[in-house]
Amino acid sequence: MAVTPSAEPLRPLRPPRKRRVNESLRTWRWTDRIAFVLCWASGLSLCLIAAAIVVYMAVKGLQFLSFDVIFSRPLPSADQQGSGGFWDAIVGTVLLTIIGIAIATPIAVATAIWVVEYGRPSWLARAVESGIEIVAGTPDIVIAIFGLALFQQGIFAPLSFTAQGGAVFGRSFLTAGAMMSLIALPMVFGATREGLQSVPAHVREASYGLGKTKIATIRRVLLPSVKPNISTGAALGMGRIAGDTAIVVVLLGATLRIDPEGSVPGVGLLRGTGGTLTSYVYNNSPAGEGNAPQKAYAAAFVLLLVVIALNFAVDAIAKRGAKTGLESTRLGA
Amino acid sequence: MIEETEQTEETTPVTDDAPLAPMGPGLPPPVRRIVVDAPPTVAHATAVNHGVRSAKEQAAGPVRMTLEALSVFYGTKQAVKEVSLPIRQGEVLALIGPSGCGKTTLLRTLNRLTELTATARREGTIALDEQDIDQLEVTELRRRVAMVFQQPNPFPMSIFDNVAYALREQAMKRPGKSVVEPLVVDALQRAGLYDEVRDDLDRPALRLSGGQQQRLCIARAIATRPEVLLMDEPCSALDPRSTAVIEALIGDLRRDLAIVIVTHNLQQAYRVGDHVAFMYLGDLVEYGPTEQVFGEPRAQRTRDYIGGAFG
Amino acid sequence: MLDRLREPWSDQRAERTLGALASLVLVLIALMIIFVAIRAWPSFQHNGLGWFTGRGDIDEQIGRQVNGGANPTAADYRIGAWPLIWGTILTTGLAVGIGLCFSVLAAIFIVEFSPGGLRRVIVPVVRLLAAVPSVIYGLIGILVLVPFVNNHLVSEGRKESVQYVINLSGTGLLVSVVILTVMITPIMIAIIVDALYAVPRGWKEGAVALGVNRWRAMWTVSVRAARPAIIAGAVLACARALGEAIMLSMVSGSKGFAPNPADGITFIFEPLRPLASTIVEDAESLNAPAVQATVYSFALLLLFSAFTMSFCAWLAKQPMKKYGIRV
Repeated sequence: MAVTPSAEPLRPLRPPRKRRVNESLRTWRWTDRIAFVLCWASGLSLCLIAAAIVVYMAVKGLQFLSFDVIFSRPLPSADQQGSGGFWDAIVGTVLLTIIGIAIATPIAVATAIWVVEYGRPSWLARAVESGIEIVAGTPDIVIAIFGLALFQQGIFAPLSFTAQGGAVFGRSFLTAGAMMSLIALPMVFGATREGLQSVPAHVREASYGLGKTKIATIRRVLLPSVKPNISTGAALGMGRIAGDTAIVVVLLGATLRIDPEGSVPGVGLLRGTGGTLTSYVYNNSPAGEGNAPQKAYAAAFVLLLVVIALNFAVDAIAKRGAKTGLESTRLGA
Repeated sequence: MIEETEQTEETTPVTDDAPLAPMGPGLPPPVRRIVVDAPPTVAHATAVNHGVRSAKEQAAGPVRMTLEALSVFYGTKQAVKEVSLPIRQGEVLALIGPSGCGKTTLLRTLNRLTELTATARREGTIALDEQDIDQLEVTELRRRVAMVFQQPNPFPMSIFDNVAYALREQAMKRPGKSVVEPLVVDALQRAGLYDEVRDDLDRPALRLSGGQQQRLCIARAIATRPEVLLMDEPCSALDPRSTAVIEALIGDLRRDLAIVIVTHNLQQAYRVGDHVAFMYLGDLVEYGPTEQVFGEPRAQRTRDYIGGAFG
Repeated sequence: MLDRLREPWSDQRAERTLGALASLVLVLIALMIIFVAIRAWPSFQHNGLGWFTGRGDIDEQIGRQVNGGANPTAADYRIGAWPLIWGTILTTGLAVGIGLCFSVLAAIFIVEFSPGGLRRVIVPVVRLLAAVPSVIYGLIGILVLVPFVNNHLVSEGRKESVQYVINLSGTGLLVSVVILTVMITPIMIAIIVDALYAVPRGWKEGAVALGVNRWRAMWTVSVRAARPAIIAGAVLACARALGEAIMLSMVSGSKGFAPNPADGITFIFEPLRPLASTIVEDAESLNAPAVQATVYSFALLLLFSAFTMSFCAWLAKQPMKKYGIRV
């Protein structure tokens, strides 16, 4: 019994069939059994609902989508029953997203850098972090209303149309874009902060050891290494901007066609009103005046594709290089 | 790089005169080349002085668990190769061996914890009190075979709730505090922790020191009076003082339980174990009473390991 | 001066600049509170605490304010916002309540009970659903659920019995709560699933090794440790539900009516309109001062609720720190 000789080393190794784990529900309390059933019911209904939404939108969207509808401009009238598409809406979405993210990214990155790398005095750093959380939790309708109040002040007159009596209209691509940046700000901030916090200390120490100042370290060493995180945050922010309707309705005028303001071509476009895919869907549903549900489905499908594409971009960037806190803990574990 | 060792020309400390204590007196063992995949050999028995061992001999109790030709596979890799062992009540079985030899896998198989890993498969039988553990409900098995882990893992609750956890959750109907409290106090006393925490049992468990947390985990494991206690390197994360306390505790606990302890600390196995099983790359190389395995190891590989030739 | 910009910045200057940019957020929040409060003040001034009560048909009151034009009288400011507040409380409360239970159970299913293949599919799908814009949910609601409810669930007799008070047309509480729940659940599920996966393995193994069955181990250890994340998810979902304007304006019936639970089954079919939807719908007529004051007063209430909820969530997490749960 003392020594068991090992088997011949070259025995064919075929793993045995998996035995059934016998854990039946026999020994469970009745509350546990009810919970078990409820869990399965919730899980399965989740799958069903998710499948239903995805399938339904795909079917309806593809049904009504056509080359014509995407690339032609909407009809000038409110009733959209006839021909005409939503090209203006697509342009509006793209424009608004670009403006929003262009304003949000520098501010968010700067804020994240300050909070992580400097952060003195500490009460200010905590206040800034809480502030970003508050902005993240504010309803977009309140942000829209605030934007309206803000940009109807006289000093912001160049940003939009001014009526005859001197009342500033306050609604334009620029003003809407500015408020959209508030929507995207928390996402870019969060992603950048996470990236910066997971850069290991020795990277910074190596740079300081070479005599570089803190700001130079940030510019040359840290920022390049968190670029994937910034991109992830920006993609998330863009997704949120593209899907937002309330700010568009309040701050962009939600017209069906893009309406430039003033004679200067580029600036006029930015100062003018317009619509996005979201407001187009809203207007064409039975809740708006457009009365063209088919176009609404088509536009909704395009919007869905845009959002899905942005989400895939987030995952692709994350897989390729974004550092998250999880990886550093996994390496150390 | 790998050569056959020549047994007849050993210039090793294994002579009639040199004591084979786990560490040679001041002399590092000579460098030996190890044959990795050769079958283990049985050395000639030579009479050797015993090392110092003060544990009292205790008549071992009935066999509580038996392993018969147990093999464990992770996917196609075989981690444990046909091991057969008895586990008796009233004694401590120490599993020793270098890293990766399968001792932790073997231990985790005893309470079917390997089933948490998706790729794990098992062959052979394990019997608890003559009953195949596959016939038992797995929760029932785990109540009779408790486990203490390498890293102390008290739950994020108070000390009282930690120890009472098993008592409350295992029962069909949640027992009231008056029922649970004496059992909790008893478990803490048997684990040697009661005197240190008696003033406030509602303190968060995570505020205890490492050694105290490990004793809390032991108290938690023995609160429901299991039959077998499995310990996976319980002292490896602790300082020497806590280690000494827990080793004394093991000596006390083994009266009522069968204890299986995995350790890579040979001295600890020598101090604590009644029987020792030495494993190497999934094989059970040697099994026997502690004095015999440390004093007169029959396999050459055991001799090498205990002599410190590899770790 | 350009030369001064081009030379390498000193750390002090950089720190001050970055700090100023960071404080911009705080400045914006302060501005937000100030602007909204200033514009909302007339409404509170004229109504006092009666603002919160029900004072008659609110649609009529707002209509009067719109017609009041540029020079409203004091009487024009009269508003009793209770029907809208009640509508908001109903939709948000029901949606978050049902959604939270559903999310926790579904998250436990995903982490513990679901087969591996299903799990790999459902987690990305849930994350995707969390990113779908709300207007799409509204579209599905108004084009699919509303006709279904109108034609199949609300009988003609029921419609006739209340036709002098309100018009039951399928839009209303039921569809609102259903769609709002479906909308906020994916976020909560995603957060809770991440939190359940992040529970340290030692705790999970320890619980299982004590002979506790799978559900009990998950509930008493993992879910307990994930409580901060559950609270965070609930607050996030609540914030989203409170601020949901567009989708609810599509499916809620858009009538300033306070649904009455005493009505029995009709209660779930009654139309309503939450605060956020009212803001969106009256956003065009913001030139009339009375309307402006009213709308901004709604916004101020929403803002205040958002702050309060963040604070309550922070409060709720504090006791959990004691036992070592990572908040």
